[in-house]
Amino acid sequence: MSAAGPALGITSVSKSFATPEGGEVHALDDVSLDIADGSFMVLLGPSGCGKTTLLRCIAGLESPDSGEIRLRGERIDDVPVWKRRVNTVFQSYALFPHMTVAQNIAFGLQMDKVAKADVDRRVGEALEMVRLVGLGSRKPSQLSGGQQQRVALARALAKDPEVLLLDEPLSALDLKLRRGMQTELKRLQRETSITFVLVTHDQGEAMAMGDQVAVFDSGRIVQLGAPEEVYLRPRTAFVADFIGEANLLKASRIGSGLEIIGMGLVADSALANPEAPESGDVTVAIRPENVVLVENDGGPGYVTDVTFVGGDIHVDVELGENRLTVRIPSHGARPPHLGARVTPEFLPESLRIMAAS
Amino acid sequence: MSRRVKGTGVALRDFPTFRPLSYLVFAFLYLPLLFVVGYSFNDNRIVTVWKGFTFHWYADVLGNHDIQRALMNSLRVAIVATIVSVVLATGLAIGLLTLWRHGRTFAWTLIGAPLIIPEIVFAIGTLALFVQVKVPLGVNAITLAHIAFCIPFALLPIRARLQGVDASVYEAAADLGANEWVIFRRITLPLLMPGVVAGALLAFIISLDDFIVSYFLAGPGGTTLPVYIFSMIRNSITPGINALSTMLLVVSILIVTISYLLTRKKR
Amino acid sequence: MTIDQEVAPPPVPTPARDVPKRAGQGSWWAGMPGLAFLVIMVLGPMILILIYSFLSRAKFGVGVKWTFDTSPYLDLFFRESLLGGRSFDPTYLEIILNSFWYSLITTIVCIVLSIPVAIWMATRPERIRTLLVFAVTIPFWTSLLIRTYAFIIILNDNGPINGTLQWMHLISSPIGMLYTPYATVIGLVYAFLPFMILPIYASAERFDFRLAEAAYDLGANRWTVMRRIVMPSIRPGLIAGTLLVFVPALGSFLAPELLGGGKTSMIANVIASQFGASRNWPLGAALSVLLLVITMLVLVGFAAVARRTAKQSGRVDWESML
Repeated sequence: MSAAGPALGITSVSKSFATPEGGEVHALDDVSLDIADGSFMVLLGPSGCGKTTLLRCIAGLESPDSGEIRLRGERIDDVPVWKRRVNTVFQSYALFPHMTVAQNIAFGLQMDKVAKADVDRRVGEALEMVRLVGLGSRKPSQLSGGQQQRVALARALAKDPEVLLLDEPLSALDLKLRRGMQTELKRLQRETSITFVLVTHDQGEAMAMGDQVAVFDSGRIVQLGAPEEVYLRPRTAFVADFIGEANLLKASRIGSGLEIIGMGLVADSALANPEAPESGDVTVAIRPENVVLVENDGGPGYVTDVTFVGGDIHVDVELGENRLTVRIPSHGARPPHLGARVTPEFLPESLRIMAAS
Repeated sequence: MSRRVKGTGVALRDFPTFRPLSYLVFAFLYLPLLFVVGYSFNDNRIVTVWKGFTFHWYADVLGNHDIQRALMNSLRVAIVATIVSVVLATGLAIGLLTLWRHGRTFAWTLIGAPLIIPEIVFAIGTLALFVQVKVPLGVNAITLAHIAFCIPFALLPIRARLQGVDASVYEAAADLGANEWVIFRRITLPLLMPGVVAGALLAFIISLDDFIVSYFLAGPGGTTLPVYIFSMIRNSITPGINALSTMLLVVSILIVTISYLLTRKKR
Repeated sequence: MTIDQEVAPPPVPTPARDVPKRAGQGSWWAGMPGLAFLVIMVLGPMILILIYSFLSRAKFGVGVKWTFDTSPYLDLFFRESLLGGRSFDPTYLEIILNSFWYSLITTIVCIVLSIPVAIWMATRPERIRTLLVFAVTIPFWTSLLIRTYAFIIILNDNGPINGTLQWMHLISSPIGMLYTPYATVIGLVYAFLPFMILPIYASAERFDFRLAEAAYDLGANRWTVMRRIVMPSIRPGLIAGTLLVFVPALGSFLAPELLGGGKTSMIANVIASQFGASRNWPLGAALSVLLLVITMLVLVGFAAVARRTAKQSGRVDWESML
C-alpha cells in the first residue's frame, strides 16, 4: 500500500431503503469509486440519486447493505461513526445551539481528549482559517447563515480529519455568498491538503470546485472525470443534459457517416463514445452555444421561436422530428426572424455521439 | 341584503354579544376562586357573612399541628413523585423517538391511561393492588401512585422540547467523536433542560393538588393536605378552610405561571 | 390554513414502518424503566379490578374472598329477595342513568358557554390570545377539591348569591341551592369548562377567515356567516370537547359528593362507598369495570364520528357556502 494510494476506496457499495408503500428503493446500486488523496471530489446528481446516501455511508451515519469502504486501505464500515477519522459538514450546519462558537469547535477536540491549552490554540487556528476571528463567544443564533456555515466548517476541520465530507453546504446561501464560498472552499482544500468530498445538485458548483466530478443517476455513477471532461465529452444523454444545456438529437449511423434526422448526412469525423453502437439509432448531443444558424431559403431548419434572455438570444429551430435550441450572443449578428429557413452549422468535434436514449 | 359593516376586516371578526358573554364566562371561571380568597380574610366564624378583615385564620391554620403534618406529607410525596416521574419521563421521551410503531402505540396508551381512566377507578385499583401485594398504605403508597399519573404531565413539555431539536445535531456530535453517553450528557440533556424543569413544575402541582388517589391510599398516617381539607369540609365549614385553600391556590398558580414562562422563553 | 387545506381529505395513515435509526438519538432502552413502572402501576390495578369483579365479597369487608362469583355484576341490577329469588332492582341503574343525565346536561351547558368564548378568543390579536388561553388553563392546574368547595361557599344559604338577592329584595328568604342536583351540575360545569373551551378554540383558531370574507362578499350577514360558515368548521373542536367533558364528568366524584348532598349520587360515589363504608369490594370493582367499559365505548364511538366528520367537513364547507 503506497503512500500515494487512494484516500478513500469505495467498492461495490449498495444500499436500499423501504418505502412507505412497502416497496424498495435502491439508493445505491453497486457503486465503486476511488478518491485520490488530497483531491476535491464532487458527487453530483439530481435529488434522490444516492449521492447523499454514499456520503452518509462514508461518515458512518448509514451502513451499506453490501460492499466495502476503505480509508487508506483499512476497512471502516464496521467502525462506529464516532471513531472514524472522517468529519462531516451538515447541510443544516447542525451547530449545538446551547454552546458558543468556540465551544462548538472545541467539542470534537475534547472528544479526542486533546489537552486544554491545545484545544484553545486549535480553536483559534480554526477560527482564523475560516475568517471568523473574534466571534468565538457568540451563540449560533446570533450569527448570519454564512457565518454559521463557516463555524460548521471550522468545527469539522479543527479535528484535522483524513477526509472532510460536505453535504450540500452551500444550498442555503444566496447566490453571491455561494460564489464567494465556492472560492473559499477551494482555497481551504488546497491549503489544508485534506481530501474533500462534496455533495451537490448544482452542476455549476461542481465544476467550479471539483478536481473530479462523479455524476450520479438513480444510485449509479454514470460518469467520472475532471469537470472539462464531463462537460465537453459527456458519455450519456443524462450527463449531457444534466451538465450545462444540451440538444439531444435523434440520429443514426450509416456506415462511416452520421445522419441527423431532419438534417441529412453529416461528416463522419464526429467524436463518438466507446459505448455508442457502431451502426443504427444513436443520440447526438450538441451544446446550444456551439451551433451557428445560416439563413438559407433551402435550409432544413425552420425557426419557431426567438427569445431574448439578457446576454443571449435563444432561437428554437424545428428540424424534422428534432428540435434544436441555439444560443446567440445578443451583441453579435442579427438573429434570424420567426419562420425563417436556416441551416445549422457546427464543428464536427462539438458533436457527441452516444447510445440512443 | 348585507349590513353595512364598518371599518376594516378586523371589525368583521367581531360577532356581537360574544364579547360580553365571554367576559361573563371568564368572570365565572375566576369569581369562585376569588370568593374563597376573599372570605379567607373574613373576621367571622360564619364563613360567608362578612364582618371585617383579619389574618388570624392564617395564623390559626399554620399553627395547627395536624395541618403541618399534612403539609409535610404532601411535600414529601410531591417532591419524590416529581423527581422520579421526571426521570422516567425523560427516558420515555428519548425512548419513544426510536421505538418501533407498535411499541410506540402501546407506550402512548399506557402513558395516557391515567388521564383517560376515571380517577376513582384508578384510585381504588391502586388500593386493591397495594392491599393484594401487602404494601402498607401511607405516604409511600401515595407517592407510587402519583408517579404514575405525573409521568404524562412531565412528559409533554420534555417531549415538545425534544422534538424541537434538529436531529442532525446528534449526528454531528457522533461525527465529531462523541459516543451515546457523551451525547446524552452534553447535548441532549442541556437542550432538554427547560422542558425538564417545566415538566417538573407541572408534575409537582399535580401531585400537590391531588385528592382522590391520596384519599384512598392515605391509610393511618398518610394524610396529605387536600385529604385534610376534605375532612375539614366534611366536619364543618370553618374559615380556616378558606385560608388553607387560598394558600394552596396561590402556590399552584405561581408554579404553573413559572412553568409557562419557562416553556415560552426558550422558544 | 388555506382554503385548499380545508377541502383536502385527511391524510391516509402510513403503514407500520421502522423508524430510521439516526446516530446519537438514544435507544429505546431509555423508555423501558418508565414503561415497566407504568405496566405495574397502571395495567396492574386495572387487571386486578377486572379479576375482583368476579370474586366474592370478603367476610369483614376489606378485600375479597377468592371464590368465583358473578354476583357483583348481578347485584348491580338484581337484588336477592327474602324468598331466595332475584328481582330487578333499579337502584344502581337509576344512579347510572342519573350520571349520564348530569354529564349530558353538563356537556350541553359547557358547549353553549364555550362556543362564543372560544370564537371570541380566536378573533383577538395574537398576544392577547396567548394570554387568554393561559387564563383559561390556569383553573385546570388548581386543586379540583378547592374549585368544587368554592361553590359550597357561594351557593349556601348565607352565601353571596343569596345575600345579594336578598339585599336587592328579589327574594325574602334564601333559596336552597346547595345539596341539590343543580349544585352538582354547576360544580361539574365549573370543573370542565376549560376542557370544552380549549378544543373549540383550537378549531376556531385554525379557521381560515378568508372563507368568511368570501361569504360576506357574497351578501351574508354576520349571523349567517357564524351559522353556516364558522360553526361547521369548528365541529372537530366540538367533538373533541364533548369527549373531554362527557366522559370524565361521568366518572366525577367530588361535585356530587360535596355539592349534591345525598340526593345526587353518581357512579363514582357508589364505587367509593363500596371501598369505604359499604365494604363490598367486588361490587365496587364491577361498577368500575362498567364505568371503564362505558368510557372505552364512548371514546371509540367518538373517534369514529370524528373520523367521519373530518372526511366530510371539507365538502360540507363548500356546499354550505354555495
